[in-house]
Amino acid sequence: MIAVHGLVKRIGTQDILRGVDLDVARGETLAIIGRSGGGKSVLLKHLVGLMKPNAGEIWIEGQNIIPMNERQLAMIRPKIGILFQGAALFDSMTVEENIAFPLREAGERDPKVLREKVHQMLEVMELQGEEKKMPVNLSGGMKKRVGLARAIVRRPSCILYDEPTSGLDPVVSDSINRLIRRLQQRFGVTSIAVTHDMKNAFHVADRVAYLHEGRVYFHGTPRELEKTNDAIIQDFLLGRSEEQRASGEKL
Amino acid sequence: MIVRLFNALGGAFLAFLQYLGEVVLLAADTFRSIFTHKFRWKLFFNQIVEIGLLSQVVVVITGGFTGAVFSAQTFFQFNKLGMGSATGAVVSVAICRELGPVLTALMVAGRVGAAMSAEIGTMKVTEQIDALRALAVYPTDYLVVPRALAMMISMPLLVAECIAVGIAAGYFIAIFLLEINGTYYMANMVRWTRNRDIIMGLSKAFCFGILIVFISCHKGLTAREGAVGVGRATTEAVVNSSLAVLICNFFLTMLLNIIYPAGYQ
Ligand SMILES: Nc1ncnc2c1ncn2[C@@H]1O[C@H](COP(=O)(O)OP(=O)(O)OP(=O)(O)O)[C@@H](O)[C@H]1O
Ligand SMILES: [Mg+2]
Repeated sequence: MIAVHGLVKRIGTQDILRGVDLDVARGETLAIIGRSGGGKSVLLKHLVGLMKPNAGEIWIEGQNIIPMNERQLAMIRPKIGILFQGAALFDSMTVEENIAFPLREAGERDPKVLREKVHQMLEVMELQGEEKKMPVNLSGGMKKRVGLARAIVRRPSCILYDEPTSGLDPVVSDSINRLIRRLQQRFGVTSIAVTHDMKNAFHVADRVAYLHEGRVYFHGTPRELEKTNDAIIQDFLLGRSEEQRASGEKL
Repeated sequence: MIVRLFNALGGAFLAFLQYLGEVVLLAADTFRSIFTHKFRWKLFFNQIVEIGLLSQVVVVITGGFTGAVFSAQTFFQFNKLGMGSATGAVVSVAICRELGPVLTALMVAGRVGAAMSAEIGTMKVTEQIDALRALAVYPTDYLVVPRALAMMISMPLLVAECIAVGIAAGYFIAIFLLEINGTYYMANMVRWTRNRDIIMGLSKAFCFGILIVFISCHKGLTAREGAVGVGRATTEAVVNSSLAVLICNFFLTMLLNIIYPAGYQ
C-alpha cells in the first residue's frame, strides 16, 4: 500500500532523512518512533507530497507520487488522511466547519447529512457541545481531537497520525488508541502513527520502526522491539539520557 | 572590488527577475484555475464584502477630500488668470484619469493588500496551507481565485465611486466656498470630460486591482518564519503593490493616452 525507497531530504545544510526505507501493507498499522527532531514529522509530510525529497521514491497504491504535480496529487490525497502534529485547524472556521470541510470539498452539500456526520465524529472524540467554538478557544488536546476528526471524517483508506495522543489525558488517550485499533479492524484502514507514547506504540501497532539519524534503525514487531538488546533502542525504551548512563556506569 | 559590485548588482537583478516570474506564474495559474476548476461562490462573495463593501468609507473620504482640495488649489491659481470657471474641467479630468484610480489603488493596497498577505501568510506559517493541500484542495483555487475575481470586480466600482465623490466634492467647494458660477463650472466640466477619460480611469483600476491582488497573495503564500515573517510579508506586500501601482500608472498613462488621447478633439 505504502512503500518508501531510499528517501533523502536535506534542508539547507542539515541532512534530515538519509535514506529511509519503509513498507506498509494494506490494513497494517505501523508505529514510527524516534528521538525528537529525528525527522518523523518530515517523513509523514513526504508521504502526502507536502514536501519533495532530494532523492528516493514513494509508492502509494502502486503509484509513484514523487514526479506528480499538485493537481495530480489532489487525486491521491483523498485516500489519505493526515493528522498534523500541531493539528493545523483552519482558524477562521468553527470546530463544526473544520470537521465538515473535507466532506464539503468532496461535494457533500446536504446540511442534514453534514450535521449528522459531524455529530458522529464529535461523539467519537468526546467533544459534544463544542461545535460552535473557534479553534483558538480550544485546549491543546481538544485541537488534536478536532484535527483527528477532520482527518478521518472522509473515511480515507490510509491514515497518518502525527502524535495522536500527545497532550491528552490517559483516559482520552486510551479512547483514541482504541479508535485507531477499531478503524483498522472494522474498516481495514492502513495507518502510520508517529508517537512518543510507548504504550500507544505497543497497543496499536502491528510493527514498529525506529527512526535514528535519518534511517530506519529498527523495524519489527513490538515483541521484537522489547526483546532487542541494542543499546540505542534500550536507552530509548527505558528513557535513559546520556547523562544517566554515564553516571550509572560510574556508580 | 568592481567584480564584487557587479556580482551584487547582478544578484539583486536576478532575484528581482525571479520574483517577477513567481508573481506572473501565480497570476497565470489563477487565470487557468478560474476557467478550469470548480468555482467557490461563497468565498467569492465573502471577498466582495471584504474588498468592495468594507472599503467604501476609505474610498469616499479619499475621493471627497482630494476632490475638494484639488478644486480649491486649481481655483487659487486659475483665478489669477481669470479662468476660475475652468476649474471644473481640470478637476474632473484629473480625477478621472489619475487621482481617482491611483489614490484608490493606494488605499486599497494598504487596506486590502495588507489583510490578504497577513491572512494567507498566517495560514502558511501555521501549516493551514499544508492542511488544505493534504485535504486535496489546491491553495490557488481556494485562496487566490476568489480574491482575484473579487478584486477585479470591486476595483473599477470603487474607483468609479471615488471619481464621483471627488467630482461632487470639487463642485460643492467651488460653488459654495469659492463662489464660482455653477453653470459655467458645470458647462466647462461636461465639455472637457469625455467618456474616454472615464474608460481610462476604470481600465487603470482594473489593472491596479490585478497588481495588488497578485503581489499580496504571493507575499502571503511565500511567508515564512512565524509572526516576524508574516509582519515582513505584510509590509512588503503593501510597499511593493503601492510602488507597482505608481510605476505602472506612468506606463499605463502613456499607453492609454495613445488609445484615449486627452483633451478636446
Ligand atoms: N521546514 C523546515 N525547514 C527547516 N528545517 C526543518 C523544517 N522542518 C523540519 N526541519 C528540521 O528537521 C528536523 C526534523 O524535524 P521533525 O519535525 O521531523 O522532527 P520530529 O521527529 O517530528 O520531532 P518531534 O518528535 O519533536 O516532533 C528538525 O531538526 C527540524 O529543525
Ligand atoms: Mg514531529
